[in-house]
Amino acid sequence: MITQRFDSLRAAGRRALVCYATAGHPDRARSLALLQGLEAAGADVLEVGVPFSDPVADGPVIQSSSQQALAHGMTFEGALELITEAKLSVPVVLFSYLNPIVAAGPDALHRARAAGAHGVLVTDLPVGEDPEREAWFGAGPLDFVRLVAPTTPRDRMGLIATHGRGFVYLISRLGVTGMQDEISTSLPSTLATLREVCTLPICVGFGISTPAHARQVGALADGIVVGSAIVRAAERSVDEAVALTRSLRAALDEG
Amino acid sequence: MTASVVESGRFGAFGGRYVPETLIPALDALEVAYADALRDPAFVTALGDSLRTYVGRPSELSDAPHFSALIGAPVYLKREDLNHTGAHKINNAMAQALLAQRMGKKRIIAETGAGQHGVATATVCARLGLECVVYMGEEDMRRQQLNVFRMRLMGATVVPVLSGTRTLKDATSEAIRDWVTTCEGSHYIIGSVVGPAPYPRMVRDFQAIIGREARAQMLERAGRLPKSVVACIGGGSNAMGIFHAFVPDREVELVGVEAAGHGLATGQHSASLAQGTPGVLHGALSYLLQDDDGQIYPAHSVSAGLDYPGVGPEHAFLKDSGRGTYVSVTDDDALDAFGQFSRMEGIIPALETAHAISWIMANAGRWAPDEPVLLCVSGRGDKDVAQVAEMGIVPL
Repeated sequence: MITQRFDSLRAAGRRALVCYATAGHPDRARSLALLQGLEAAGADVLEVGVPFSDPVADGPVIQSSSQQALAHGMTFEGALELITEAKLSVPVVLFSYLNPIVAAGPDALHRARAAGAHGVLVTDLPVGEDPEREAWFGAGPLDFVRLVAPTTPRDRMGLIATHGRGFVYLISRLGVTGMQDEISTSLPSTLATLREVCTLPICVGFGISTPAHARQVGALADGIVVGSAIVRAAERSVDEAVALTRSLRAALDEG
Repeated sequence: MTASVVESGRFGAFGGRYVPETLIPALDALEVAYADALRDPAFVTALGDSLRTYVGRPSELSDAPHFSALIGAPVYLKREDLNHTGAHKINNAMAQALLAQRMGKKRIIAETGAGQHGVATATVCARLGLECVVYMGEEDMRRQQLNVFRMRLMGATVVPVLSGTRTLKDATSEAIRDWVTTCEGSHYIIGSVVGPAPYPRMVRDFQAIIGREARAQMLERAGRLPKSVVACIGGGSNAMGIFHAFVPDREVELVGVEAAGHGLATGQHSASLAQGTPGVLHGALSYLLQDDDGQIYPAHSVSAGLDYPGVGPEHAFLKDSGRGTYVSVTDDDALDAFGQFSRMEGIIPALETAHAISWIMANAGRWAPDEPVLLCVSGRGDKDVAQVAEMGIVPL
């Protein structure tokens, strides 16, 4: 379903808007409204964060949202229920860390698929580091989305591309998730290198927070991922997060 | 069964590199630089000179006449408390700082719990002219004000960590986040045998000097190897350091003492090996205190240096293989041992070390009079006196 979505976007000459929300943040009811609102505002793919107590790849905004969600009792199972209840028509990618996913048991990925998820992204399982678990993710019913960093050498980019499905998530800059003022100047060259070795669609994330960023990165990549900016807006209100998403959609479509 | 290290960065199934993709090239580069350094006589000489003339190695092996009389067997003390900065932490900090300098890194990141690793890192950075940033949980900064002062005095920036439990676990997460952002110019000096490969092996190797010295000292002084080697375990670096040389000596029992906090049954403890289950935290697969959903439990120990919900992957391996014996001691028993040992031997041990002392005390009579026990005195307890006084155990 993720591949179909990117195929139809490509055919229409459009860029993908991938929106992140932490399951259960700010609370369960608003989290549900947020997922539905993001879809209505034009998100092409939703990344649903399954909160982890020790999110080392995340900056302060997503850390805080994860802590709040856990304090409200959110779990892997709870995130799946939320996805089912949201009745979304866009593809959903689970975004988490290895520990809470493994703890969910050997059939976790099948339960996730049954609940309506289509992909899974694990921030702390790099390619080649745990073949057994990677095989479990790779052979499962979800598209296993892999990450490429600005520090990743060209050969390794190729390796990552062959192990991924759905799309490749390119991290725009050194660092953890979070907002920034300017897009990294090295992004165009990193993207160009990745293009040479990767046939999957490439979405760029980390630090993309404004319509101007959306336009700038949308001109280079197949899609953009917006996380912390949406989470921070959702802290204030779901409406604000939805309005931000609309403005990102419009900026991306203007090109 | 052999306790040999799998060079893939695993100890049996444990270890690995479960980190954000951004760090993989930095870990690859560290692995190569570390291997090159060990083969370079200039590095080995520089490290040896620094350990001798600056750290004060070799550390002494002391006897403990009153304590031995109580236990009914000769107890020997490996005096890491006599190192410069007062704990074993500087063995690793000095070696990694020299390695960082060799790699051309100008900025050092560290995490700290009790503050001993932070102080050791601040010290070697001052000595080598490196910028030093130490992440420390706000709760630990309160418990260990003296060490915060020492770090700042030596020019380090101490960054309070306000997230999560505000202790070592969250300080480590924050240090990793810094490194993900700055890995091209910074080196992260992890203070224990935890984290992604190659750290657990590298830190073990840099701490293994404790056991190498102690083994030779035992043969010279006691005329035999110890029956048991006992050390406290948070992440497990002093224990791995003293155990390593004895691993091939099958007749030598290796005992690691975890913090049982308020008691294992209360759930408020730091005994990852006794009560934990395998999982991934801070880049490695090891035993963790976690709930059924894979969320990490807040650990508890009166001792900030043991207050960590994970443990080094090599200890997980030694536990599962049966080569290591892992036990635990409560806050109250450790505090009691802290006072008793101070009065008996004129050595104020770190609260961390007091856990190991307490376990030996509780097992008085377990050893025959000709079976020596080797205890790693991982650090001195000066840093703990204000906290203990505040608890009203001994008036200040």
